Amino acid sequence: MRGRHKVFLGMAAGVGKTFRMLQEGHAEKAAGRDVVIGYLEPHDRPETAAQATGLEVVPRRATHHRGVRLEELDLGAVIARDPDLVLIDELAHTNAPGLEHGKRYEDVEDVLEGGIDVFSTVNVQHLESLNDTVADLTGVRVRETLPDAVLGRADEVVVVDLTPEALIARLRAGKVYAPERVPAALNGFFKAEQLAALREVALRQVAEEIEAKRLVREDGDVRRREDRLISTAAPQAVGERLLALVTPQPSSQRIVRRAWRSAQRLGAELDLLWVGESGTEPSEEERAQLDALRRLASVLGVHLLVEHGERVPDVVRRVVEERGSTYVLLGRPHRRRGLGRLREPLLLELVDTLPGVDVRVISDRSHRQEERA
Amino acid sequence: MVKDVLLVALVLACAGFATALSRRHRESSGPGSDAGATVRRRILFPFVGDALSEPVLAATLRLARLEHATLVPAYLAHVPMAMPLDAPIPRQCERAMPLLEAVEQRAARAGVPVDSRIERGRTYRHALRELLEHEHFDRVVVAADTEGGEGFGAADVAWLLEHAEGELLVLRPAHDQQVVVASAA
Repeated sequence: MRGRHKVFLGMAAGVGKTFRMLQEGHAEKAAGRDVVIGYLEPHDRPETAAQATGLEVVPRRATHHRGVRLEELDLGAVIARDPDLVLIDELAHTNAPGLEHGKRYEDVEDVLEGGIDVFSTVNVQHLESLNDTVADLTGVRVRETLPDAVLGRADEVVVVDLTPEALIARLRAGKVYAPERVPAALNGFFKAEQLAALREVALRQVAEEIEAKRLVREDGDVRRREDRLISTAAPQAVGERLLALVTPQPSSQRIVRRAWRSAQRLGAELDLLWVGESGTEPSEEERAQLDALRRLASVLGVHLLVEHGERVPDVVRRVVEERGSTYVLLGRPHRRRGLGRLREPLLLELVDTLPGVDVRVISDRSHRQEERA
Repeated sequence: MVKDVLLVALVLACAGFATALSRRHRESSGPGSDAGATVRRRILFPFVGDALSEPVLAATLRLARLEHATLVPAYLAHVPMAMPLDAPIPRQCERAMPLLEAVEQRAARAGVPVDSRIERGRTYRHALRELLEHEHFDRVVVAADTEGGEGFGAADVAWLLEHAEGELLVLRPAHDQQVVVASAA
């Protein structure tokens, strides 16, 4: 049976991935499991080295490349040792030539296939799909990359998070690099704004991984990942998705624009929904307005849904479930007249019908006191 | 007894009538409904660029108010040839939206109903042609291209005269009146 893989992901060196991995390794050992260190990169950090104390270390394999002595993970020795859990640092590392595999994550695959659980570490900038993004953000292109699928196949991904300010403080205190390297690091990779961007990238990446895993259900007891099925019934939760209720009226143009700007700020998808009355054809004027809404939706890159039903809240609830909407936006509802006053207002009906979904009324700013630019 | 039956029948008839009335105001047309709107004249007000001339907008709104017309401000966006014509154009929409909001705010103060648009084309002229094809309108108002301003040049006006049905009004603001309309949104 394949081992389980847990990856500790960080935004940059020094956030404490290796330290956290060692902590959890100790916890596993304390729980009675056979835990060894397969490869540890302490980076001359005393705290990390101290944390490794008490865990058995599988000796590294020495190799020579162009006259330089290199030490690598000894894959054969780890598999022969056959522990319950092995800790392997720096998943994206490129092995010295002449070993079984070119990359360390390939070694890890063999270990997992051998039925051994693995804890490993990696920084977000090593993910292949983020290589360009990170290069744009930081000006530094990382050469050692890791296919995203490796992270995708991991059983658990843990973000080791630290605020940029705390990481810079650790750097200044000499806890990340030797003192002589600190000024260059502060002027290069370790700028607060860059770290903040990398942190966001790391958090988003894991959020997407978690969502992808949540939407995947395994087929029965067979754990073949290639047989994964997307469960359409699984509710969306991580990504925001907005649903704006529109009518074939000029005022909906404003609602759509405001909803779109909210969606842009949230980095979310936007759907527009018009609920027409069952069995009733739209009038000529309504058709013209629907066409205008379709054109606006196309210009903005959003989706216009036209549904029919007797009760708007019921249709909205169905669409919210189907689309995984997390926000519903609507214009200011008009006061009901006649017996309609006896019914619950649409806004309250939506709030009651859509637990867990934010309902927002879009105000008409054209009636707001105008400010001079 | 007969009186009671008649009373009940009267109550039921009233309830039925009220229900029929309330159905006309059912919630499907609830949020943002513009119920009660009558057929109005429509004044098309296409514009380009990042700014609007305040005097031109004010004059257009005065005209719309006098004519009891709906103003249709339309931002003309161009889609680069490298992109499909139906591709979303979020950056230009970001520029258009504050301007449309500003127009709507001024229109609300002037008591003029608004029905805004964003129209795209390969060129501004193409967008304008698409707009004329899609929209019902009675009059087109455009700002003339003045020095340093954003507007329509002589060739555009000539093209409009040839292609736009309905009346065409070209407004040329004086240089010292050029005020940029900015969004208060």
